[in-house]
Amino acid sequence: MLNELNSDGQLCDLLIGDSQWIGGGAENGHYVKLNEFFDANAISMDDFAPATVYAYSTWPKGTPNYYALPAMGDANGWFYRKDWFARDDIKAAFKEKYGRDLAEPKTQKELLEIAQFFQGREIDGQKVYGASIFTERGSEGITMGATGALYAWGFKYENTPGKYDMEGAVNSPAAVEALEFYKEFYKTATPPGYDNAYMEQSLDAFKSGQVAMAMNWFAFFPGLYADPNTGGDKIDFFVNPAQNQAGSTLGGQGISVVSYTDNMDGALEYIKWFANPDVQKKWWSMGGYSCHKAVLDDPNFVNTAPFAGDFLEAMGGVQDFWQEPAYASLLLAMQERLHNYIVADQGTAKEALDGLIADWTEVFEDEGKL
Amino acid sequence: MSHTPIDRLAHATPPAMARRVRGLSDRAIAWLFVAPTIFLLLAINIFPLIWTVRLSFTNYAANRPGREVEWVGLRNYTRILTDDGIWANMQTTAHFLIWTIALQVVIGFSLAWLINRKFKGNDLLTTLIVLPMMLSPAVVGNFWTFLYQPQIGLINYVVELFTGIPASSFSMLGPGGLAKWSIIIVDTWMWTPFVMLICLAGLRSIPDYIYEAAEIDRASKWRQFWTITLPMVLPFLMLAVLFRGIENFKMFDMVVLLTGGGPGNETLLASIDLKREAFEKWRTGYSSAYAIILFVTVFGLASIYVKALNKVKER
Repeated sequence: MLNELNSDGQLCDLLIGDSQWIGGGAENGHYVKLNEFFDANAISMDDFAPATVYAYSTWPKGTPNYYALPAMGDANGWFYRKDWFARDDIKAAFKEKYGRDLAEPKTQKELLEIAQFFQGREIDGQKVYGASIFTERGSEGITMGATGALYAWGFKYENTPGKYDMEGAVNSPAAVEALEFYKEFYKTATPPGYDNAYMEQSLDAFKSGQVAMAMNWFAFFPGLYADPNTGGDKIDFFVNPAQNQAGSTLGGQGISVVSYTDNMDGALEYIKWFANPDVQKKWWSMGGYSCHKAVLDDPNFVNTAPFAGDFLEAMGGVQDFWQEPAYASLLLAMQERLHNYIVADQGTAKEALDGLIADWTEVFEDEGKL
Repeated sequence: MSHTPIDRLAHATPPAMARRVRGLSDRAIAWLFVAPTIFLLLAINIFPLIWTVRLSFTNYAANRPGREVEWVGLRNYTRILTDDGIWANMQTTAHFLIWTIALQVVIGFSLAWLINRKFKGNDLLTTLIVLPMMLSPAVVGNFWTFLYQPQIGLINYVVELFTGIPASSFSMLGPGGLAKWSIIIVDTWMWTPFVMLICLAGLRSIPDYIYEAAEIDRASKWRQFWTITLPMVLPFLMLAVLFRGIENFKMFDMVVLLTGGGPGNETLLASIDLKREAFEKWRTGYSSAYAIILFVTVFGLASIYVKALNKVKER
């Protein structure tokens, strides 16, 4: 996609780009600024969930400069084997060990306890494991997974938004604790060999009955619920548990008009059509995650799918990675630091985060922002 | 009347063209034929190389077409050469290179030595042995990932069978220090047949009468090996080492599929790191400097090696 944009390609009229791309898309002139079009066609960003407008549409962040229409809301959430959680023998064993009922976790530490409880347990003659989490090294996996813990502990990228002052924020004691927690989770509560796992491995582990819980993007939840073997009444969902605060890792995309298109009118017409509340309702009914308030604020929304309420809750507490034009360099630096610490057992959490600040500082210096 | 090819060509062409061709010297016509190749070589190899050298002194980023390109002097080179991470990657690359070549030479030569003897089923066995090198590295990477899988993989199962170490208690591609050896095993499995074939060609090029003369002189088999076989196969062996060295220095696909460079940076070869810098981080200027450093290293080592190879051949 980026190659296509960088070469001023006309392959796409519209582009559903990841949230992190918005900075580069806007600053490099790849995306059309949509403010005038929105005004002329009575499309109001007030009609969309504020978190999605902030994350998917604005650049610079939080300013009323819109380069996309929020299209597909998403966050990293959790799902679990509801049928296992409901078994009397398992419930009794859990209560005996932890002195509380086995239920959806309310905190990150409860989540780990439940995962450790299931780790290596035999269920129906098969050895099962605690949870499948993201540990992938190559693209964005381990960052998307570990930030679920970091945000719940209160992680911040900067002390002052927009100032790139990372010392004390990125490597705060809470961040160190969260990273140590994620490492402990990986070491004590995941299946053997899950050292390079992302979305598909998480789905495989759950669908094959290996794990009691798994993390993944809400986008997959309709398919998981429909799965004939592990879906239906065997599955349930929960939002990423809080620890010091609520926090979920943002996924999802906005839809932007590519500035090099030779079909500008058609592309804009599509945006206008897609922003229509009726189209948004149909989008949700067919499995798309609408960000429109006409869908989300409907009193019946939480009853439309077993994960609808969790989706609403998650989108209320989402945080995203840097959306800077240099996000790829920032992301790969974090991938390297986290994988080295969590999976490859190199150094301490504090050293990993200190190193990350050094890497990010170099990137921002190259960008002329520091 | 002359009947040279040039004259025949001249007679077959229109008069105006014929006059021009007759006026050309042999050297000019030779250049005429070679020119397209030279032009292509300049356009596809030399120009990009020069352009890369130029970019290596800038902060150019290919994904930021609008950004002003600044001349940064030797900054990219300084950063690379003082980066501990890059030196660690170079060590990982050297470890991979040295061990794969050593194992492939030893096993490949031994296999060639055995295959060179005449026995029933020789041809079938040779075909079976060379099968791995016919596979795509992508296929090899994928199916070895399954073989190494701790829960369902054959390798862990075999280890458990012979040692009693639980199969799911260790990961060949995960943390614990085994990953760098795992990629060596796969490359050796795949490319040893290539070295074997080259050695086999070398062994079969040794005339029988040399061994017959040695037998008459009552030279032992051991002596024959050290004084006839090895010296005569050595140029072939060195050629195999050169080919495998160059190939493995730029190894990418198979290792990416097996480990993605992980766990951490344990199997992060220089080529994988370079690709990330160039086409994921889009640090084009920096990665150009990185590429130039790797190019000079390979070119320098290969030149020294080829000189040594020529000396061996001259003996």
